[in-house]
Amino acid sequence: MDDKIYGYWLPVDVSKHGGGIDGLISVVHWFMLLLFVGWGIYFIWVLMKFRARPGHTALYQPVKASFSKYIEAGVVVFEAFLLFGLSAPIWAKYKNDPPKESEAVNVRIIAEQFAWNVVYPGKDGKFGRTAPEFVAADNLIGLDPNDPDGKDDVVMVNQLHVPVNKPVITTVSSKDVIHSWNIPVLRVKQDTIPGARIPVWFEAKETGHFEIACAQLCGLGHYRMRGDVIIESQADFDKFLAENAPAAPTAQAPAPTAPAQPVPTPPVAPEKKVTETPHH
Amino acid sequence: MSVNANGHAETADAHAHGHADHGGAHHELPFWQKYIFSQDHKVIGIQYAVTALVFLFFGFTLMMLMRWQLAYPGRAMPFIGSLLTNGMPGGVMQPEFYNQLGAMHGTIMVFLGIVPLAVGGFGNYVMPLQIGAPDMAFPKLNMFSYWVFLPGGVVMLSSFLVEGGAAQSGWTSYPPLSDIATKGQTVWLLAMVLLITSSLLGSINFIVTIVQMRAKGLTMWRLPFFVWAQFVTSFLLLLAFPPLEAASVLQLMDRVAGTSFFLPSGLVISGEVLKVAGGGNPLLWQHLFWFLAHPEVYVLILPALGIVAEVLANNIRKPLWGYRLLVYATIFLGFMSFVVWAHHMFMTGMGTTMSTFFQTTTMIISIPSVIILTCFLISLYGANIRFTTPMLFAVAFLPMFAIGGLTGLPLGLTASDIYLHDTFYVIGHFHYVVAPGTIFAMFAGIYYWYPKATGRKMNDTLGRIHFWVSFVAINGVFMPMFFQGMAGLSRRLYDPTVYAHGRGVQPLNVVISWSVWLLALGQLPFIWNFFSSIRGGVKVSINPWDSTTLEWAAPSPPPHGNFLTDPVVYRDPYEYSVPGKATDFSPQFVEG
Repeated sequence: MDDKIYGYWLPVDVSKHGGGIDGLISVVHWFMLLLFVGWGIYFIWVLMKFRARPGHTALYQPVKASFSKYIEAGVVVFEAFLLFGLSAPIWAKYKNDPPKESEAVNVRIIAEQFAWNVVYPGKDGKFGRTAPEFVAADNLIGLDPNDPDGKDDVVMVNQLHVPVNKPVITTVSSKDVIHSWNIPVLRVKQDTIPGARIPVWFEAKETGHFEIACAQLCGLGHYRMRGDVIIESQADFDKFLAENAPAAPTAQAPAPTAPAQPVPTPPVAPEKKVTETPHH
Repeated sequence: MSVNANGHAETADAHAHGHADHGGAHHELPFWQKYIFSQDHKVIGIQYAVTALVFLFFGFTLMMLMRWQLAYPGRAMPFIGSLLTNGMPGGVMQPEFYNQLGAMHGTIMVFLGIVPLAVGGFGNYVMPLQIGAPDMAFPKLNMFSYWVFLPGGVVMLSSFLVEGGAAQSGWTSYPPLSDIATKGQTVWLLAMVLLITSSLLGSINFIVTIVQMRAKGLTMWRLPFFVWAQFVTSFLLLLAFPPLEAASVLQLMDRVAGTSFFLPSGLVISGEVLKVAGGGNPLLWQHLFWFLAHPEVYVLILPALGIVAEVLANNIRKPLWGYRLLVYATIFLGFMSFVVWAHHMFMTGMGTTMSTFFQTTTMIISIPSVIILTCFLISLYGANIRFTTPMLFAVAFLPMFAIGGLTGLPLGLTASDIYLHDTFYVIGHFHYVVAPGTIFAMFAGIYYWYPKATGRKMNDTLGRIHFWVSFVAINGVFMPMFFQGMAGLSRRLYDPTVYAHGRGVQPLNVVISWSVWLLALGQLPFIWNFFSSIRGGVKVSINPWDSTTLEWAAPSPPPHGNFLTDPVVYRDPYEYSVPGKATDFSPQFVEG
């Protein structure tokens, strides 16, 4: 992963839907800048021109400020445009027209303090049933060992592999508290609400290695609830799935595997002793 | 006999103690009644203000600690680190401690700092004087409000001492995290119940006082804008706080009585199935919380706008432009603030209909804010601007509040919020509203009304040093946050350098942290000035700013009962530079 793609403004957008979001952010900021600079010039001008000095007096009669009415009307019209011309349609298109499940790569994301469990349905295309009572150290997501659909499920931790140029639906949920599934370069953000499964989709248009972040305070390890997204060719993606498919016909997921690619560890200064257990 | 606009004898009688029969200041109260359990709105106002300032500085100190960790993650903090052995063994901050500091910073600044300062302090001290009343409608209730607030604040701070430390689930306390958090969260909830109760009692008192106890001739349309701002604020407090009080009790029950209001079934906490009934919904808390906390934003900003209006009018030496428009905009803002709360929750899985509704209301609420700001800006045209110390803060408030308001736009629009939600952009946005915004207005108010409360002026040179250092430093603190947010950096991260996109903007964290420490240094002249001027300030007349509103008719400091003779109001609040008058100000209380 290349640190250099991240700077002081929006990072590269590798999603197909992100253009609208970036466009809106850009339009809004130009609008804000225009208003602020316009107001600012007037502001500094009046402060200088109407400063108290010998011989200068204030005007009692209110000024006829028809110009300000035009500005206010202009603000209203432009905000209406931002709202109904850009934001609402962009949101509606993204939220109301998700790709068909049959045409997409389906992934379940099960968040927990402080990791992202990434589940692929395996060859059968069906996710195994999960339930809290099956959760164990070697079965973090609680796959039902008796459910045949789960036998071939591929479970990864903090590592999301997706093919490029193909819609991906990540259905997010949480085992414990609220997290937020955030992939900045894909313009994806969705709170994971315990008790709910919420689908979020994207389609990557470039290959590469990027970051998953947690955007919602989820406890003392919130800051390191970091994952990797690897966007790769369909062939590499198939290879990844095959390599990580469970070997034995048991429902046991491979123990949280070492990442398929070396993931650079961030330079976190002296290892801190951190108690992992959340308090009751 | 004190007079009020409506001639309600009961209300007036309730106030007869101490000023009608005994002629004001002659009624000597024992020390503890005069200064501790006082029923005088001015003493209570000062109690609130000083307590709130202390809490504000404490909340700021917490942030100064966090800022070390953010600028130099994992590095041992020199000197101070060795004092806080629990949270910072070896001087290195622990993530638990960082989260406690974060949650308590937000809570203290909002509930123990700004609200009590803006409403309890300024509202209590200034409002009755500005309406020409001898006191609040219910002086005992007023005293009680303060004595519920103070224990609430003490309980809140004491939570640092309980096992596991203070609350650490953010000032928003989202369950399930807060439901399973350490004991500090229980203390947080208990303290919140006290603080909310205090605000509720205060708000009723304010409303009744403003409606019932205005001086003769003081119609609603002659009220200073500050009083209008307090009036609308009181309704917000009265209507918005009960849901949070209820929600706090529900969360308390979840924590101590085994209920599951906010806990769904089947939670697995660190490998163990949580043994609760389940069936609750964590989003319920968010709805209840934000139903309070969005109007709360306006509770934080409206009194500030009121103070800015007073200081502006006084220093531009002309009437505020669009006084009625300001009032209508403020009332509309108050109404609208109740229907925008879910814009804090766009990322919780909201559908298109709901999100469209809430982003529409959010855009609508921006309009009255634009109108208010525009009225202030137009008022400057044709003025005769005196750059007094309070005026510097009020003038600086305008562009910084504008930045806070404008940056709300991309957050209020759902599509751009997808990217910006929960990033540092949000932190920059709301801090521009409440820190360079509200807190600057508070400083303007302190410098402006200090002569009324003490009979002396604060030192101008120190005031100017305070202003310029604060102005530069505070922008150094919050401006870089927009760039961090743009880079995608999440808020509430103990160590942002874990992320590549955090490492990209890490140099800004160093800039921000040093600006925070500079900002702290910049407050030292203020603190010195504030205390030393009580005895050492230059003595001034009762109306040193040549002002027009009623509080300047009372002696400085006003005695118990406020006015030596009952004031009568003859005109609008901001009659400055009236043509044909000898002076450039025509006070409300002077006939002819």
